Amino acid sequence: MADYSEVGKEAVEAKGWWGAYRWLLLRRFSQVTVFLLFLLGPVAGVWIIKGNLSSSLLLDRVPMTEPILFVQMLAAGMVPAADALIGVLIVALFYLVVGGRVFCSWVCPLNLVTDTAYWLRERLGIRGGARFGRGLRYWMLGMVLVLSAITGTLAFEMFNPVSIVQRGIIFGMGLVWAVILAVFLFDLLVAKRGWCSHLCPMGGLYGLIGYFSPLRVRADRRADCNDCMDCFVVCPEPQVIKPALKGAGKGIGPVILAGECTNCGRCIDVCSKDVFKFGLRFNNEEKVEGLRGTAQPL
Amino acid sequence: MGTKVNDDNSSSGAGRATRRQFLADMARTACGVGLLGLGIGVYSQRAGALPAEALRPPGALPEEEFLAACTRCGLCVRDCPYDMLHLARLGDGVPLGTPYFYARQAGCEMCEDIPCVPVCPTGALSHGLTDINKARMGLAVLSDQETCVAFLGLRCEVCFNICPIRGKAITLETEHNVRSGKHARFLPVVHSEHCTGCGKCEEACILDESAIRILPNRLVQGKLGAHYRKGWEEKAKAGEALVTPDLEHRYNLPEGVRYEHGGRGLILEKAETPPSNPADILNRGLEGR
Ligand code: SF4
Ligand code: SF4
Ligand code: SF4
Ligand code: SF4
Ligand code: SF4
Repeated sequence: MADYSEVGKEAVEAKGWWGAYRWLLLRRFSQVTVFLLFLLGPVAGVWIIKGNLSSSLLLDRVPMTEPILFVQMLAAGMVPAADALIGVLIVALFYLVVGGRVFCSWVCPLNLVTDTAYWLRERLGIRGGARFGRGLRYWMLGMVLVLSAITGTLAFEMFNPVSIVQRGIIFGMGLVWAVILAVFLFDLLVAKRGWCSHLCPMGGLYGLIGYFSPLRVRADRRADCNDCMDCFVVCPEPQVIKPALKGAGKGIGPVILAGECTNCGRCIDVCSKDVFKFGLRFNNEEKVEGLRGTAQPL
Repeated sequence: MGTKVNDDNSSSGAGRATRRQFLADMARTACGVGLLGLGIGVYSQRAGALPAEALRPPGALPEEEFLAACTRCGLCVRDCPYDMLHLARLGDGVPLGTPYFYARQAGCEMCEDIPCVPVCPTGALSHGLTDINKARMGLAVLSDQETCVAFLGLRCEVCFNICPIRGKAITLETEHNVRSGKHARFLPVVHSEHCTGCGKCEEACILDESAIRILPNRLVQGKLGAHYRKGWEEKAKAGEALVTPDLEHRYNLPEGVRYEHGGRGLILEKAETPPSNPADILNRGLEGR
């Protein structure tokens, strides 16, 4: 595998700087914009969206509620009011369409923290640390629900760094810096991509939602892959790439079907051969091989 | 994926080893996650207790249910026109992310339209609350009679006057000032039937530390045993005594003298008025012998 500092160089040469960082920049823009919109109210008095990511009100009309909070509420034995119910349906439906973990890569503020930790970890060449299975987050999700059921409260919300950080940004940081630092150091020193790619139950729940999403990354031009492995290095969930990119011989289609894919598009950026593209999950067939080298209709 | 491998090789040694490995991994994961859950559970129980002086917005469900329902979104905080609600931050000592207020800092202004309630998406602030006078955020308690200046004999009455339900939630009871011997004391008395726990009285109390405080109802309110009946109320309801009436007390008094308990007291009917000089009685007694 290439030295981390070399990753993406080829892509910059082939596609130019914008071409090699486009999706990364777009999604950083999206993450920042979401929070600017939330802050526009308290800072400038322009209330486009009110509340915080846990529950919010868009244009004083459209309610939204975070699925992980909703399921915890149910587990704790509460029957939520109509707004929360409608709100969770809206949010779940949105992510069902665009990809569950689009929340992770396009909205969640912790993503910036853990991406930075990963970048620094690779730059500093830090190796080793704890190893977790990729299924761990689903255990975590189960634990969160059991915890709610036993305590009868949203117990995990006393701990959930995603909630704490996003609320901190919108309602005042207090000691939230400590939480950010903890997650950062955990990912930097304790486990590679430890929080987002292994532990976070929110990512787990969104992964389950994303399992059904039509919007997918496709490795339609996988025949052009020159095995530089850059996509595996930048991808937060590299295990999802392999079947789609390397599955041609085994009759596996070119669509990345794993729910864990965050639709971050970083693999699209970093590939100098333009193997990847955003597309739909349909037509996931081997006929693609027959059209090798030509642009694929999506 | 694991299952398939195992099925194919279950008879071989390698298959068994894989399965054993798989089960061991499962057990390890389960233990690890379970321990973490236990840790979070214990932490949330310890850090999840609401301090007595932190009050919930109007309409809040009982604390246990509230903590199960509130998503910590802060919509109630945002919609309070007086900005007196806060969303608990890390280190505030209030269950993380939940809305609260400190009466002494700023009480609830008891908005007639209660904007904080309908905006709550979860019903953690019960939408059933449509009359702010029915809110019960806590109960005012005149907790320190030693410093309340009304008890010291001064005319203060600030809490009485600021109360949004003036004259009902707090009334002034007058009482003889024993110390000065000639003044009245105007004592604020809270009535739980009307007090919403809005906290304006605590906020306004003129002392350096308020002598009147809003506390959670559960901390201050007594409760009569379920079998208790107030005899006088029952009697009024029934229009007559429900138990055999006591026999009228008979006083062992001389002829012509009666005693009315709770009434006029000693009544001398036929007896002559006592002479102004008590010695006369003694003298008369000697004469009659
Ligand atoms: S995995 Fe969790 S913390 Fe990471 S981006 Fe997704 S929701 Fe945020
Ligand atoms: S496969 Fe591509 S889009 Fe999906 S998570 Fe990996 S880098 Fe991002
Ligand atoms: S009733 Fe009015 S002042 Fe009181 S908490 Fe609600 S919005 Fe704020
Ligand atoms: S609006 Fe409701 S759910 Fe949101 S913070 Fe207030 S009480 Fe909690
Ligand atoms: S808390 Fe104080 S001001 Fe508010 S209703 Fe009760 S007695 Fe009145």
